[in-house]
Amino acid sequence: MSPHNKQQSAEIVFENVSKFYGEILGVNRVNLTIGPGITSLVGPNGSGKTTLMNLMTGLIQPTRGSIRILGISPDNPQELFRKLGYCGQFDSFPKGVTGYEFVRSFLLVHGLSAKEVEKKTWRAIERVDLIEAAHRKVAAYSKGMRQRIRLAQSIAHEPAVMILDEPLNGLDPIARHETKRLFRDLAKEGLHLIISSHILHEVDMISDRVVLINNGYILAEGGVSGVREEMEEHPMQILIRCKNPSELAARVFAGDNVVEAQLHRDKNGLFIKTRDADSFYLMINRIVIESGMEIETITPVDDDLNAVYHYLIGSNGGGAT
Amino acid sequence: MSSMIEAGAVKPLATKTDWSLWLRQIRMILRLEVKKNFWGKRALLIYLLSAIPVLIMFVLVFFVPNADVDIDRHWGGAQEVFGNIFESLILRTIVFFGCAWIFMNLFRGEIVDKSLHYYFLCPLRREVLVAGKYISGFVVSALLFSLTTAGSLFLLYYGRGYPANVDYLIDGPGMGQVLTYIGITILGCLGYGAVFIVIGLFFRNPIFPALLVYGWEWLNFLLPPVLKKISIVHYLHTLSPVPMNEGPLATIATTTSPWISVPSLLIFTILVLYWASRRIRKMEISYGNE
Repeated sequence: MSPHNKQQSAEIVFENVSKFYGEILGVNRVNLTIGPGITSLVGPNGSGKTTLMNLMTGLIQPTRGSIRILGISPDNPQELFRKLGYCGQFDSFPKGVTGYEFVRSFLLVHGLSAKEVEKKTWRAIERVDLIEAAHRKVAAYSKGMRQRIRLAQSIAHEPAVMILDEPLNGLDPIARHETKRLFRDLAKEGLHLIISSHILHEVDMISDRVVLINNGYILAEGGVSGVREEMEEHPMQILIRCKNPSELAARVFAGDNVVEAQLHRDKNGLFIKTRDADSFYLMINRIVIESGMEIETITPVDDDLNAVYHYLIGSNGGGAT
Repeated sequence: MSSMIEAGAVKPLATKTDWSLWLRQIRMILRLEVKKNFWGKRALLIYLLSAIPVLIMFVLVFFVPNADVDIDRHWGGAQEVFGNIFESLILRTIVFFGCAWIFMNLFRGEIVDKSLHYYFLCPLRREVLVAGKYISGFVVSALLFSLTTAGSLFLLYYGRGYPANVDYLIDGPGMGQVLTYIGITILGCLGYGAVFIVIGLFFRNPIFPALLVYGWEWLNFLLPPVLKKISIVHYLHTLSPVPMNEGPLATIATTTSPWISVPSLLIFTILVLYWASRRIRKMEISYGNE
């Protein structure tokens, strides 16, 4: 094997890849090489992140170009999915399954022995901290739990490449923290992790590298530090859903990283603007632990993100190097 | 690159290991799908459908006055009535729509539930997935509809009364007829299953193509002899121990021997499944468009 081929077999390579849905552009002329570690695909909703991920997994086929995942083509599922795990955005499950059955049943299809399947199933469920809920029906899980059990299903066969489409969506702050820690652990084990997000703040702390994508084009790729510096100067808006937003507002203002807070119209939520989302999330964790306050969801707000992207992407990706 | 991947890239033919893996995978798909087909909510309709002929026979035997005497006295006529019930109700309606429901849902149902991608994300050749799903649908439909046929025949024989029924079954041609009817039912599941798995795979709205096939199968008796042979029901009809009278409008076609009918259906099934296996390799998951 030539050194070039050897290197390719350790990477994920897109060569001039385009995907059109009829006349609608999915992604265009993507040339990308992704090595081990955590790579974040960041772009606004509809920018082409999921298309890239679906192309990598063979769920859709490129109109032009070629993709190799560790030297394997996506149209060879028998080889590919021994090495690749995909946690997509589809929040759907086979009907009537428990978390345990869900992870186990698809491991069985891998053709492993029953003993091995059992071991790997529990190991994966343990990694996402769902042991106690494993025998409950997935339909009764919260959104965060469903996200985690899908994650367990995608890591259960111990792949070398993990593709995760918006994996932090719907997770509460503690689960979010735990999941990020899991990603870091997996990356330390030498895995390729490709994580998509429409929020740079959400992934920049854990990413070794960021790929910015918009309107189907890769705008920039590289280290996160340059991008992060620019993002920090621009406040990010977050919506927190809880029963007593006024009390929460008073508590978050005690910290120094909130620049603005506004009650939601229905009085069951609070809009926060912060320049440092990571510190803010840590602060929220502390508040929840100390006060026992119940928080339903924490969601970065798209409208504001579009403004951030307008800044970031409108400058032709100058911030990202 | 690992040696396994290198070897995979150059080998053109499946090795023994591949076959053993594929068989293991088919067995696992079978376990999952048979369970789903028997116990899932979608199974309820199939249970109801398969019970209809048995209920009709039950009513004919137990609720029609002097049914036992009539059946025994006009045994030839009773067999003809059953032959008509078998072909028009069991074969052309129950087996047809039952297979449509079971086999179209194997893929279409998962697309509607947005869960097909879990299979597509397994280290599984898509051809193996088609085989596994088809076999699971076949097992379920063949089992259920064979029970329907057997149950209906049991009631017919029961209605004839003892000991005439036992004599006919054991010493007469009864057992051969039972096995032939069940065999036809199984062949029906085999052929219709292949047609409907393809329709479920490649048509976003499978109802119209299914109705088209239904019309073609029902109007088969009116078709010219050459076209008659492009249908499943033609071959099943020729196998029937007491063929249904297709009426004065039916075109006359030469009877196809069982030695041609059965292999023809098997070859047809294999060809359709082969085509489906080729096509599914290019299939994309786009639930958003469903």
